[in-house]
This record gives sequence, C-alpha cells and structure tokens, in this order.
Amino acid sequence: MLQGQQTWVFPARPVIRAAAAVGGPFEARGNLAGDFDILHDDIWLGQESFEKAERKMLEEACTRAVEKAGIKKEDVHFFLSGDLINQIISSSFTARTLAIPFLGLFGACSSSMEGLALAAQLVDSNAAACVLAATSSHNGAVEKQFRYPTEYGAQKPPTAQWTVTGAGAAVVAREGEGPRVAAATIGKVVDMGLSDPYNLGAAMAPAAVETILAHFRDLGVGQAHYDLIITGDLGKVGHAIALNLLQMRGIQATPAQFKDCGILIYREDQPVIAGGSGCACSATVTYGHFLNRLRRGELNRILVVATGALLSPLSYQQKESIPCIAHAVAIEKS
Amino acid sequence: MSDKKKKKLTPVQQEYQAFASQREPKRPVLANSIRAFIAGGIICTIGQFFQWIFMTFFDFTDVSAGNPTVAVMIILAVILTGLGVYDHIAQWGGGGSIVPVTGFANTLASAAIEHRSEGYVLGVGGNMFKIAGPVITFGVFAAFLIGTIAVILKALGGM
Repeated sequence: MLQGQQTWVFPARPVIRAAAAVGGPFEARGNLAGDFDILHDDIWLGQESFEKAERKMLEEACTRAVEKAGIKKEDVHFFLSGDLINQIISSSFTARTLAIPFLGLFGACSSSMEGLALAAQLVDSNAAACVLAATSSHNGAVEKQFRYPTEYGAQKPPTAQWTVTGAGAAVVAREGEGPRVAAATIGKVVDMGLSDPYNLGAAMAPAAVETILAHFRDLGVGQAHYDLIITGDLGKVGHAIALNLLQMRGIQATPAQFKDCGILIYREDQPVIAGGSGCACSATVTYGHFLNRLRRGELNRILVVATGALLSPLSYQQKESIPCIAHAVAIEKS
Repeated sequence: MSDKKKKKLTPVQQEYQAFASQREPKRPVLANSIRAFIAGGIICTIGQFFQWIFMTFFDFTDVSAGNPTVAVMIILAVILTGLGVYDHIAQWGGGGSIVPVTGFANTLASAAIEHRSEGYVLGVGGNMFKIAGPVITFGVFAAFLIGTIAVILKALGGM
C-alpha cells in the first residue's frame, strides 16, 4: 500500500520464513563468518570460470533458503533476482536450474533490497503466497568485467572497495514464523557527477541519504524508530560522508546506530581498503547476520538501505558520471 | 549529464564534490613514490644480478646479456602473476612494479589467465593485449614520430 511519495507499507506484514547466505574464502576469514550458511575455501568453487562459480553460489543460496523454509521449490511462486554480470546471467541461469517463474532485476548492488521490497509487495498484495528474492556477486567476475584482470598489478587508491564473493537469498511468504517486512522505500536515481569507479562510496552516499530521508518523511517517523539503520556498501569513505550529510539535514547520525555492511563484513586487517561492496555485500550481511540478530531478539526493528552504483564499463570509459540508487526495507522482529 | 558534463555540473553537484573530496583519503603520493623507487630499484637490482651471471658464467658481453636478462625477468614476472603474487607486489610497489618489463609481462599474463575461460582464440588471443595494446600502439607511434624527426634533422645536416 502506497504511503507518501515513494514508500510501500505492508499491512499483511510478509514474513521472511528463511534466508541463506553463501560466502567465499575471503568472507570466511571476515568478521561475520559465523553468520554464513555455506562458506567455500576455493574462489573457483571447483568451476572453470568465475561466472560459473558465482552461479553455483546463487543456486546454493536459493536451494538452502527454500530448504530452511521447510518448503519445496514448487511452492515458491516467483523468483526475483539480480546480479552484476552482463545481462544478469547469474540470475537467469539460476532461474533455469530452479525452474521457478522468474523476474530478473538490475539495481547493481541495491538488487538485494530491490528484490526483497518487490517480494514483500507481491506477497502483501496477494499476487503471490511465497516469493524467493536473491542476489549474488563474485570478486573475480566483477573485477574482470568492471576493472582489470584479477592478477593485474594496478595500485588501487585508498577509496577502492573489495567486491564480496557470495550470494544471499530470502523466502518471503504470507504465513510462517520469522522476521517481518514492514515497509519499503523505493529510491530515486541520484547523480552528483562523480565519475571515479574506484570511489563508489562517495558517489552512492547521497542516494542513501535521499532514500533514508524519504523513508522518514513518508512514514512520518524519526531515526529513533529503528534500532539500526544499515547501508549496503558505502564502505568507510562513503559511510562517513553519508553520516555527515545526514547530520547536515538534521539527523543525529551516530556510528552506533548507523552501520554499513561493507564495513562490518571484513576484519580491520583484511586488505579490502575502504571496505566491501557488491550485491552480495548487503545480501549476505542482512540475510545472515542481521536476520539472525532479529531472530535472537537482539534487535527489534532495522532499516536496510542497499546502495547501488548504476555504471557500466562502457559508460565510465565514455566519461559519463555514475548514477546511484538506494532502496530501503524495514524489517521487524516477528 | 552526458554532454560536456564537467562544465555543466550544477551548483549542488559542485558543492557535493567539494564536500566529498574533503572527506576522502587522498592517494599518498609521496609514500607511493618512495615505495615505487624501492620496488623498482629491487626489480632492477635483480635484473642486474642476472646480467652479471650471464656475463660471468656464460659467454655474454654487457650488450648481448640484455636479451637473456629480460627473458628471465619476464619469466619470473609471469610465474609470479600465475601464482597470484604479482598483484600484491604491485599494490605495495605501484609504479615501481609497473614500469619495468616485469609490469608489461604482468599485463599480458594476467589478461591471458583472466580470459582463458572464453577459449584460446577469442579469449586468450583476443584479450591478451587488452591492457598492453595501448602501450604497443602508442609506443610504435611515438617511435615513428621520433624516427621521422631524426630523419628530417639528418637530411638537413643537423646530426
């Protein structure tokens, strides 16, 4: 149900019956390793290419989430998924394996919450009883497509981020036990004219701020409504900028309440420079770590704001600036 | 935004970019330069060592030892690239590991490894010079330009 300008509230309170997070070797050595369902010690997952490895992780996340929900994949009405590979092949090929009616999404790294918001909306409006929302990214595949070969010796600047190798999936249903999706705010594309693909955090920060403010305005709530407000993959640089921007707009943004998946996922001593990024960053941290904390009752209500940089290798070579987007989803303890 | 964007940034965009750039860590240019000096120096010292071996233990002069020395350095760089070590050296060493011939070997080897999954012809063959290509293109062009200037100067009796 639309409330305000760009926010859906879900009176049926769709439930996240189960979720799964899959990670690679780098994530296994990170801060949140205990919150992953499956961790791989080989970045190739025994496959011939990074792209196939990513697909395998996405399939594993989807299969595991459906299993944990205690249902069969035939019970899932729709599958919503997006990723970063050209023409979202990880998602489409996984949909081929799963054989669930499929809608492909592209919101770059915001695909996780784009998928969750749409899944909740489908369930809330009785268009489906059960929807699977998923997303994935692979460090090697993303580096290959957007930047340089993985083994190429280019020095990265201190603003660069590390793409998370992993996949996350959530089963959203009308009935069942688990954390509930209360509302979602669909973001506008914000472009501040930045064009450095090694500084996506600073490019995406204004989009995150716009969406958070729009969410507060549409629902008529303040920051105190949430235990935590979690951005997707701004990293250290972008997160600090976002906090400053929020403070300038009158929000008492503190690092205790405002978290970032890209900062949380890795340890301080891992060579990830400014932090994690990629579709799997917000997906694995939300579907793993934060849903676990909601289930344990440590948190009552969180707002996840997944940020995405909508650039392509072609657009930045043609010297275009980077349009960015952020989608927010409010998740509550059951 | 697409056309002549730099000149057409709105005041809001300009303001944000100034705001953001104050909060971004800058590339540590001085530290990078010092590390590049050290890394480049070490690579060249290793090269010098091989040249000395070729001249001392084999029948090479200081001129003819150049080719086998370069070959050894290229092989070493390709092996380190294949083992996944060279990119870590480069993150620390920056320009020091890019400028010597080892850096050039790394660009070829890394691209070849990366695109192996698309097959030998279109993958490895088609992408191997993806990063190294511009170096060769502009290197040949610059050599042509300088060569032409040299020929003209000679014809005019200048050299």
